[in-house]
Amino acid sequence: MNETDKIIEVRHLSKSFSGKKVLEDINLYIRRGEFLTLLGPSGCGKTTMLRMIAGFLQPDEGSILLEGKELAGTPPHLRPLNTVFQRYALFPHLDVYDNIAFGLKLKKTPQEEIDKRVRRVLKLVSMSDYEDRDVETLSGGQQQRIAIARAIVNQPKVLLLDEPLAALDLKMRKDMQIELKEMHKKLGITFIYVTHDQEEALTLSDTIVVMNEGRIQQIGTPTDIYNEPVNSFVADFIGESNILNGTMICDRKVSFIGHDFDCVDEGFGEDNPVDVVVRPEDIYFVDKEKAQFSAKVKSCVFKGVHYEMFVDTDTGNELMIQDYDAFQPGTEVWLRIEPDDIQVMRKERTQNTFDGEVIDNETVRFLGGDFKCDASAYSSGDKVKVEVPFDKVDLLDNEEEGESYGNVIFILYKGDHYHLTIATPEGEKVWVDTNDIWDKNDQVGIHILPEDIHLRKAEGNE
Amino acid sequence: MSAKKIFAKAYIWILLIVLYSPIVFIAVCSFTEAKSLGNWTGFSLNLYKSLFTGGMQNSNALLSAVYNTLLIALIASIVATILGTIAAIGIFNLKGRKKQAIQFLNNIPMINPDIITGVSLFLLFVFLHISQGYLTVILAHITFCTPYVVLNVLPKLSQMNPNVYEAALDLGATPFQALRKVMIPALRPGMISGFILSFTMSLDDFAVTFFTRGTIGLDTLSTFIYTDARKGGLTPELRPLMTIIFLIILAVLLFINIRSSKNTQESK
Repeated sequence: MNETDKIIEVRHLSKSFSGKKVLEDINLYIRRGEFLTLLGPSGCGKTTMLRMIAGFLQPDEGSILLEGKELAGTPPHLRPLNTVFQRYALFPHLDVYDNIAFGLKLKKTPQEEIDKRVRRVLKLVSMSDYEDRDVETLSGGQQQRIAIARAIVNQPKVLLLDEPLAALDLKMRKDMQIELKEMHKKLGITFIYVTHDQEEALTLSDTIVVMNEGRIQQIGTPTDIYNEPVNSFVADFIGESNILNGTMICDRKVSFIGHDFDCVDEGFGEDNPVDVVVRPEDIYFVDKEKAQFSAKVKSCVFKGVHYEMFVDTDTGNELMIQDYDAFQPGTEVWLRIEPDDIQVMRKERTQNTFDGEVIDNETVRFLGGDFKCDASAYSSGDKVKVEVPFDKVDLLDNEEEGESYGNVIFILYKGDHYHLTIATPEGEKVWVDTNDIWDKNDQVGIHILPEDIHLRKAEGNE
Repeated sequence: MSAKKIFAKAYIWILLIVLYSPIVFIAVCSFTEAKSLGNWTGFSLNLYKSLFTGGMQNSNALLSAVYNTLLIALIASIVATILGTIAAIGIFNLKGRKKQAIQFLNNIPMINPDIITGVSLFLLFVFLHISQGYLTVILAHITFCTPYVVLNVLPKLSQMNPNVYEAALDLGATPFQALRKVMIPALRPGMISGFILSFTMSLDDFAVTFFTRGTIGLDTLSTFIYTDARKGGLTPELRPLMTIIFLIILAVLLFINIRSSKNTQESK
C-alpha cells in the first residue's frame, strides 16, 4: 500500500491508569478518507485510544503519527483533528451560530468567511434557520447535529467521534447513522468512530477494529468480521452465533456436536481442539436424506422478519437457528450446515496456566490463595507453572469457602456448557467450563481439588 | 380560623417582629434629633443633613471608616473570587481521598469562630514581623472569604459538562483561551454569588479586623462604631447611616432575587 494513503498510524501504543493496563501494544493504520470504527465493550480501551489521538491523554509508550509526523507533544489545540463528544459538550452560554463559529473565530477567520462556512455546515446537518437558537433549547438529536457541525466547520483532517449517538433514542439513532454515512461520503474526511454497538459499526464502517481488554482482537471489513471472526470473543460480540467446542480431524474436516462436518478451513493440524462458529441463519432445515443430524425444537419466537428457534441436537447440544419458517416446539427436525458456513478458530488456550509458588510439599500458592496439592517433587519457594483444566475448577456461591475468589466477567454458551471468564481481585483470569448458571458480575469462590492441579517447573528459574 | 392556623400565623409574625424590630427602631430614631437613642423629640431630617454636610464632630473619621470598609471589601472579595475560583477548579480535578481532605480543610475556616481566626492571624503577622495596617486587614479578609467562593464555584463545576473544556481545546483554543471563553462563563453565576457573599462578609467583619488592623488608627465601619459606642454612647448620625446601609442592602437583595426568579422562569 502507498505510504501516503495512511493518514494516521498507531505504533506499539500502550497506556496504563494507576498500574492497570488499559491499552497494550496497539498497532494499526487508518487510510485517508476511511470510516474506521473502534468497536468493543465498555472498558476495552477504545475511548482511551481516541482521547490519545485527540491529544487529551499522553501515551505511556509508542507513537501516533499523522501523515508520517509524530503527534505526541503536540497539544490538542494544535492538532488538525476535531472531536464530536458523546454528550455533545456544546458551550451553553453561546447560541448555535457562536458555537459553530468558535473554532473559526479563534483562527481569526474573516467574518464573511465565517458566515459562509457556518451557513454551509448548518445546511449539511439540516439545521438551517437555527443560527440564533440557544443550544439548551434544542433536543438531543439537534444538539448532536450542532456538535457535528461545530467540528466539521474547521475542515479537520480527521474527525473523531466518541459514541456520538449513544444518548439518542433508537429511531433517532438509525436516522443519524444514515446521515453520518452520507456526510462522510460528501465531505471525504477520515472518520474515526468509537462505539460499543456492533450493529452501528457494521452499518457505518469501511473498517472495524474489534477491541477487548486493551488489545485489538481483529481488524477487517464488516463482512470479514461477521463471516470470519478470528476468535470466540469476536464471534460472540458481533451478531448472534453458536460457539462450540470442536476438533479439527484433518484439513477440511472438523468434528463438533458429536458429528463430522466438511469445512473449508486448512492448516489447523490434525486432532487439534478448536472453536467452531456457526451463525444461526446458516443452519438449514432439510429433508432427512440430505441431513447431517437431527434435533428437537425446544422453543420458537417470532422476531419480525424471521423466527428464532432453540433446538436440542441428537447429541444433546443446544443450537440457535434463525429461519423464515417456523417449527413448533416438540417437532423433530433435520438439519444441515454447509462447509462455507462453518468458521473454525484456533483456541486461544486449552487450559488454565497460573504462576505459582510452592509453600510446602502439599501447598502451592497461586491466584492469591493457598491450594492443597501434591508438591512433593518441589522444595518450598520454587516457582512453578500451575495447570488446571477448564472443567476442573469449582465455583462456589460463598466466596469465603474457596481458596481464592473472583468476579464473573464474561460468559460464553458453548452449546452444552458455559465457558466463563473469572477475574480475581489482582486481575488474574481463570477460565471455567461449567453446567451451572452464573450471572455476569457474580462474586464466586474458586476451589480446585488437589488431584486436578498439575505442576510444571517454571522456565527461566534461577 | 382554627386555633392551629392562628398559632401558625402568630408564630411567623412574632418571628418577623423579633428579627426586624431593632432595625425598624434605629430607622425610626434616625428621624428625630434626640441625642440619646430612644427619645423622640419630634420629626426632623437634621441627622441626615449633618451626616452628609459633615456637621457632626468626627465626621471625617466616620467618612474615612466608610471608605476603608468599602475599599477593603472590594479588594478582598475580588482577590478571593479569583483565588477561590482557581482553587475550586483544582479541587474539582482531584480524585478520591485527596479531594475529600482538601474540601474538609476548606470548610474549617468557615466553621472556625471569627475571634480565633482573628487572634491566630494576629499572632502570625507578629511572628512574621509584618507591620499591621491595610495590608494585613486585606490579607485577613481574603483568608476568610476565599473558602466561601470555593464553596459557591464547586457546584457549578459539577454541573458543567466535563467535556466542555476539552471541546474548546479541540477547536483550537489554548488552555488560557479555553478558561476565559468557556470555563469562566460557565462558572460566572457561582463566582458572582461567591463575590457578593465575600463582599458582605468583609463588610460586617469585626473580630478579624479588630485584631489585624494594628495600631496605626485604621478604622472600618465596625471598629469605628465599636470605639464610638464605648466613648459615651453612639454618635446620633450613625442612625441615619445604618438606615441607609440597610436600605441599600435590601435593594441589592431584591434586585438579585427578582433577577434569579426571572431566570428560572425563562429557562422553564
